[in-house]
Amino acid sequence: MRVLMFGWEFPPFSSGGLGTHCYELTKALSGKGVNITFVMPNTGNDIKHNFIRILKASKKKIVQIAAKLAPYITSLETRVLPEKGDSKAVYGMDFFQQVERYTKLAVEAVREEECDVIHCHDWMTFLAGIRASREKNKPLIVTLHSTEFDRTGGLSPNPSVTYIEWLGLTRADKVITVSNYMKNQIMERYGIDGEKIKVIYNGINANNCSGEKINFGTNEKIVLFLGRLTVQKGPDYFIHAAKKVLEKEKNVRFVVVGDGYMLPQLINQSIELGIGNKIHFTGYAESVDEFYRMADVYVMPSVSEPFGIVALEALARETPVIISKQSGVSEVISHCLKVDFWDVNELANKIIGALKYAPLRTEMVKNGKKEIGFLSWERVAEETMDEYLKLINQ
Amino acid sequence: MTSVCIYFQVHQPLRLRKYSVFDIGKNHNYFDSERNRFYLERIVRKCYLPANRKILELIEKTNGYFKVSFSITGILLEQLEEHFPEVIESFQKLVDTGCVELFNETYYHSLAYLISEKEFIEQVKLHAKKIKEVFGVRANIFRNTEAMFSNDVAKLAEKMGYKGIIAEGLDHILEWRSPNFLYLPKGSNIPVFLRNYRLSDDIAFRFSCREWDGFPLTADKFSAWLGSSHGDVINLFMDYETFGEHQWKETGIFNFLHHLPFEVMKYEHLEFKTPSEILREKRPVGVYDVPYLSSWADVHRDLSAWLENGMQNHAFKELKALEEKVKSQGNEVLDAWRKLQISDHFYFMCTKWFADGDVHKYFNPYENPYEAFINYMNVLTDLKHRLGASV
Repeated sequence: MRVLMFGWEFPPFSSGGLGTHCYELTKALSGKGVNITFVMPNTGNDIKHNFIRILKASKKKIVQIAAKLAPYITSLETRVLPEKGDSKAVYGMDFFQQVERYTKLAVEAVREEECDVIHCHDWMTFLAGIRASREKNKPLIVTLHSTEFDRTGGLSPNPSVTYIEWLGLTRADKVITVSNYMKNQIMERYGIDGEKIKVIYNGINANNCSGEKINFGTNEKIVLFLGRLTVQKGPDYFIHAAKKVLEKEKNVRFVVVGDGYMLPQLINQSIELGIGNKIHFTGYAESVDEFYRMADVYVMPSVSEPFGIVALEALARETPVIISKQSGVSEVISHCLKVDFWDVNELANKIIGALKYAPLRTEMVKNGKKEIGFLSWERVAEETMDEYLKLINQ
Repeated sequence: MTSVCIYFQVHQPLRLRKYSVFDIGKNHNYFDSERNRFYLERIVRKCYLPANRKILELIEKTNGYFKVSFSITGILLEQLEEHFPEVIESFQKLVDTGCVELFNETYYHSLAYLISEKEFIEQVKLHAKKIKEVFGVRANIFRNTEAMFSNDVAKLAEKMGYKGIIAEGLDHILEWRSPNFLYLPKGSNIPVFLRNYRLSDDIAFRFSCREWDGFPLTADKFSAWLGSSHGDVINLFMDYETFGEHQWKETGIFNFLHHLPFEVMKYEHLEFKTPSEILREKRPVGVYDVPYLSSWADVHRDLSAWLENGMQNHAFKELKALEEKVKSQGNEVLDAWRKLQISDHFYFMCTKWFADGDVHKYFNPYENPYEAFINYMNVLTDLKHRLGASV
């Protein structure tokens, strides 16, 4: 089986669940004998011309396209791109030009590629996928990892993006979503027929992770936030909850790992609340393993989270998790604490509970780790392959 | 003759309200009166009233041939007195027929046996007093919460003057023997009535199960099974909520109940009896030796539904440690402490959900056991603060 796959991130050039998903999915699929050509934007600072790289000992090809795509562009971001060569360019406009460029180059690059099915990940690759599918007359499958509504927290989604999302979802022969939460959302928002949508939850390879704890260096308990600092991820709710926790428990420290346009605002917020000395902002971190292992509890207060692999990653490092009910991952893990993202008092109540009672943490981790054992990437690949086969045999 | 001994457990817990860490020290109101009343109303309407009516009708129609027993917890009687006195009246009417026997247990449907002997005896006495007050009778038979039983529990019941005791008929204790006889617990002289879990659960759990070979279960089929069972006494013990709640009215459970006495009557060697009557007629045939605590819960038939995981043990240990302090204080704090002993609080913290745990979700106000634990510990912390403040 030959699959032509359009993506926009691939580790190490990755900033979220999408990159992880593509990497683990293609790895597991190629292990099953599937031939994959992966097309992605050129992420390097030096823009090179189209090139093809064949990964060693793998049936997987990676094609990089000369279009500078940074993921997670939201309509709230209209700042100037800081990168060389593009100074002064207003972000939003330039961005759509880049999508157009990617689409054109990608379609050209794969013109000679033979395939049985075309698989796209998220809206930026949809136009390329649609064109390639039309040219080659092959079925199109799209996976949606997040929608514009998630990324903007429901605030002023960009209509150009929602249009492309709608187009891709409509033209696709099959749609994969990473949760029922998202399935319902696209049925409601985009009027997509539920019959056409298959839910395949993200996975985790929990056995490769160490659960050994690392000492932070003080005797304080550590509460961790890890994610992009955007409205979608709810970091502001985390700060407010921190304030509430500190009113009751002094011996606690909060660590915020990640970067994003909200960073300055969050720093100001914590200073205004008078808890600046209790919150650490680390910025973007290359390796996050140690943060998980340092933390006594991980909090994911997302406003709208299609899945939330991070919660699984934390559990794999034996860190108990508190997640928002507005997330896909809450459909697959039950051995955790769940809150509505807006309920800051309740979030603080649960953080304090988790910090105060060791038996609670032990039980959550013991049972949670068992639970995520069933969520392997192998399963994701199997379920995805089933969908390929159904389309090919139709 | 083979006696058919039916006993229904009647209990509804007091559920805690949502109690945040920010309520500690500010609010001593621990129970969700609205939610408790809501569940109670439902169970009264779907089960207690119609089932009581049906049983009264059957006793009258069969001229006292049909007999049953109840154990009604003190904590439920309190709630019924406050909100549904008509249910109390309907139980009183049943008791007045002379065909209905009442048991004693811990007033709070609690794990008091595991707190201390002193606390346990006090709670059983409270219950005996309550039953005397409401129904004018003194109970002969003792049943511990969730049929928690061991040789020592039996000894204690005997010491308190009970003439018989309830337990689960455990295969690993009985081995080749039948549960359909009276036995003597090792070291005591009061017979134990062993639940026939197969026949009991045919009604309580499997009645509406379409995958079950016995489906649909009719009164004549069930009576034939009773008729072909050997022994002195077949003990059918189950939650009263089986009628109308665990098995909805639509499953035909009331219809089953309606026909049962008349179908049983067709077998001349069968007769309905209450435990006290059976004690006068039958002798124990052997020794039932249970050195460790057992119960009738889940498939494990042990205490693991309440006290297995670290959270349950931690919460219980903290609760237990307060006994002395609580008892040196006023009644208000004592009552609150005892209400926190209600076994259901610990049931809600149980993490072994996936096989037999479904019943744990029943009327469970919590999303999961972790939330139940945090809520409970917040309440307990407030209680501790109250004790500390006035010591």
